[in-house]
Order: sequence, then structure tokens, then C-alpha cells
Amino acid sequence: MSDVWRDAVALLLEFDGDLIEIVGLSLTVSLTAVGLSAAIAVPLGAFIATHQFYGRSAVILLVNTLMGLPPVLVGLVVYLWLSASGPLGSLQWLYTPAAMIVAQTILVAPILTSLTRQAVQDLDAEYDEQMRMWSVGPLARATTLIVEARAGLATAVLAGFGRAIAEVGAVLIVGGNINHVTRTMTTAIALETSKGELALAIALGIVLLVIAVAVNAAVMVASSRGEPEAGLRAP
Amino acid sequence: MSTTFNMAAGNGAAASRWVVPIAGDSLTLVRKGRTLLDRVTLEIDGRGAVPTIIGPNGAGKSVLIRVLAGLIAADSGRVLWAGLSPDRDRARHVGFVFQRPVMLRRSALANMTYPLMASGIARDTAERDARAALDEAGLGHLIDTPARQLSGGEQQRVALARALLLKPGVMFLDEPTANLDPSSTAAIEARIKAAAEAGLHVVLVTQDLKQARRLATEIILMHQGQLLEKTPAKSFFERPKTPEAQRFLDGQLLL
Repeated sequence: MSDVWRDAVALLLEFDGDLIEIVGLSLTVSLTAVGLSAAIAVPLGAFIATHQFYGRSAVILLVNTLMGLPPVLVGLVVYLWLSASGPLGSLQWLYTPAAMIVAQTILVAPILTSLTRQAVQDLDAEYDEQMRMWSVGPLARATTLIVEARAGLATAVLAGFGRAIAEVGAVLIVGGNINHVTRTMTTAIALETSKGELALAIALGIVLLVIAVAVNAAVMVASSRGEPEAGLRAP
Repeated sequence: MSTTFNMAAGNGAAASRWVVPIAGDSLTLVRKGRTLLDRVTLEIDGRGAVPTIIGPNGAGKSVLIRVLAGLIAADSGRVLWAGLSPDRDRARHVGFVFQRPVMLRRSALANMTYPLMASGIARDTAERDARAALDEAGLGHLIDTPARQLSGGEQQRVALARALLLKPGVMFLDEPTANLDPSSTAAIEARIKAAAEAGLHVVLVTQDLKQARRLATEIILMHQGQLLEKTPAKSFFERPKTPEAQRFLDGQLLL
């Protein structure tokens, strides 16, 4: 094993202070962003799924388009909002974790909204006649559909988290990659690699990979719980 | 006794007075250029009877009961429940069992309690009644099983028990035993028969002539969206009035 890899493994095994701090900040920022996104996107997606209104198709098209937003573009827009001369400059959030959370929330919310709408809409079509026969009101119906779509929503949340934790462009622009303040796994990897300090970059890459595997495994579990085949009862 | 109390409690036979007789007056429905219902006029009454709608595929049977149950609005004509237009409050007194049972993604017990609690019944009462109903349906051992992991026959039995638990004034059954095995079919037919004998108004849709012979007290024959015949079951099977009915009984293709 080369020195770089040995150093990287040593950093992991020793729970290196800098490494733990960077991983901790990354998780905090991304989990907070996903939580905020979910709070906005799940009710919004459920609303779009269960209501007919003027411009609905345009809203769906817009949300689907926003799913593919380039992170650097989001970073730029949030930067302009939060910069001293921007409309939210007085908050003084630029180059703080709060700015990174805002950027990641904007990146993740369309994904969660779109996936929630799809999951809830599919169920709504399936349950529609039965719910109407039971005279279930609109609010109770939407709440029930969200609960019933939990497997799909869990998958959506995990997909959103995957996007947030792996994203680099937006957090780099609005966070600034400041040591001990706004340095995340992805920005640290970019910086350390450019400096030729590969050990920390590799160690962080391994952590990122482990998180990606864990997220995907969780998605598989969540999906498999969603829809057992009728008639295939376990003995 | 107030209306509100009746609706929340859904007290069975008494509930029928909110919705029965169910009448359709010149019901017409056209979709994508196809006439699904063509001036259908009928009235369904008679406690303990099982009026049974039969007819070939595409005859309009399922559409007709959906219109009568208030799930689909007819393009013209009107539906009356106990002389009044359908409304959401009285829809609580109309039961419906679909060909493909709608099972919530939760346990059999929770599937039973959901509509009870949605109608304002407390959880404790709902669970007690639901357990008793599942026991009565012979499904007591499956109470905690996720409903969507039940077999097709078990799911339909849960759906029927769930619909009965709401003590409807009338119950529509849309081919409830299609694709089920003989024992599940027998179990469901026995429940339907017992419910009808206990005074529930049941309206059955089936393509199974043998089932119609076993359960029907009256036959309503549909063909190409039209009501061709509405006759007591005995005379329908012995002396059908129309040539289409005779051909249907003979197993010939109706064009």
C-alpha cells in the first residue's frame, strides 16, 4: 500500500479531528437541508397530487425542470441573495453553514416535491373511489395518502440526501470552504486534491462512498417494503 | 335521534332509509364517443333481496352501479337516494366492494378501523368492532398481517367485512369474486347471502351465471349500455323475455 493510502486509512482509524469535524459539518448541513426540504416539499407535492388547479401542468413541468438545477447556478443565485448588496444581505449568512443549508434546500426541494407528487398521485388514483365511498375529507385524505406513500417518500428523502451530501458547487460558492467553519467533505476533497494533499481527500472520499452505499441500501430496503405482491404471504 | 348521530353510528337497517330506494331515471353516459349507459331507468328496493346485474363485458354493469353509488355523474338523467339527490353525508350509508379490493398499506385490522375512525368513531370502539368482524369472517388469525400480503381471496373477504362493518343502508358489489378460487368464492357468497337475509339491501354485479343463479332474487340484464330486462330471477332463468337474454344464457356471444 502506498504512503498516501496508508495515511488515509490511518486518518480514518484514528478518528482524525479534522476529518470528524468535516464529516460532522457535512452531515449537519445536508440533514438539515433535507429536513427543511421535506417540510416544504412533502405537503406541496401532496397538494399538487391531489388538487386540480389552473396551471397545474406548468407547475409540474417547472418542478421537474428544477430537479436538474445545476448546483453552481443555485450557488450563484443564493450568493447574490446573501451578498452584502443582496436582498437578504442583512442576515449576514454568506460563508456560514446557514448559507449552505439554504443552497442545498433549494437543490433538494424540487426532487422531493416531484417524487412526493408522483408517489401520492399514483396512490390517489388507486384509492380514489374507495376514499370517496368513505366520504373522507380532503385534509384527511391527503394525510392518509402521505402516510400510505411512506415507502416512496422515504426513497425520495434518501435520494434528496444523496444529492445534497455529494454536491460541491453550491456549497463552495456560498460557504467558501473556510477551514473549521464551512469546509464539507466535497469542498475539502476538491481543495486537498488541488494542494496535492491526497491522504485527507482519499479518507473523505471513502467516507462519502460509505455514505452513498448506506443511502442506496436504505433506498432498496424502503422500496422493497413498499409493495409486497398480493398473494405472496410469508409462511 | 339526530341525523348526525345516525350518520356517525351507521346503524345498519335504519341507515337504509337514508338511501333506499335507489332510483336511476334515464341515465345516459357517453365517454370517448362510446355510449356506456343509454337511458337506463330502474329502481332498486326490497330488503333481503339480491338484485343482480348481469351482462357481457362492456355491457355497462360496473358503470351503472358506480353511477347509482354516486361515484360517477351521468351526463343526463338523475339518481335518487330515498327520493333525494346523492350527497357526501349520505354516501356514508352506501357500501361498495370493488372487483379489485382496495387495501391500505397497513394491517388487516387497521384496514378495518380506518373507515370507522374516518366516520368519527373512537379508536377503542373501532378496534373492538373490527376484531369482532374479522373473527366473524373467519379472518381473526390474520388481524396483524399487512393487508397487501394477504391472498386475493383473503383481501376480498377483508374488504367485504370492512364494508359490512360500516353498516350501510345499501351495498354494491362489483364482481366481488372475479378471479377468486372456489373456497373464497363460497365464503364471500355465504357472507353476502347472510347479510341479505339479515335485511341488508345488496346490489350484485356478476358475469358468473352460476353465481347469479345461487344469489340473485332479481336479474337486471344489461347489454350495450341498455337495460334489456329486469325480471325475478326464477322466471329469468326459466323463461327469459328477450332473445338477447336467451342467447346470453345459452353462452352465445351478444353483438
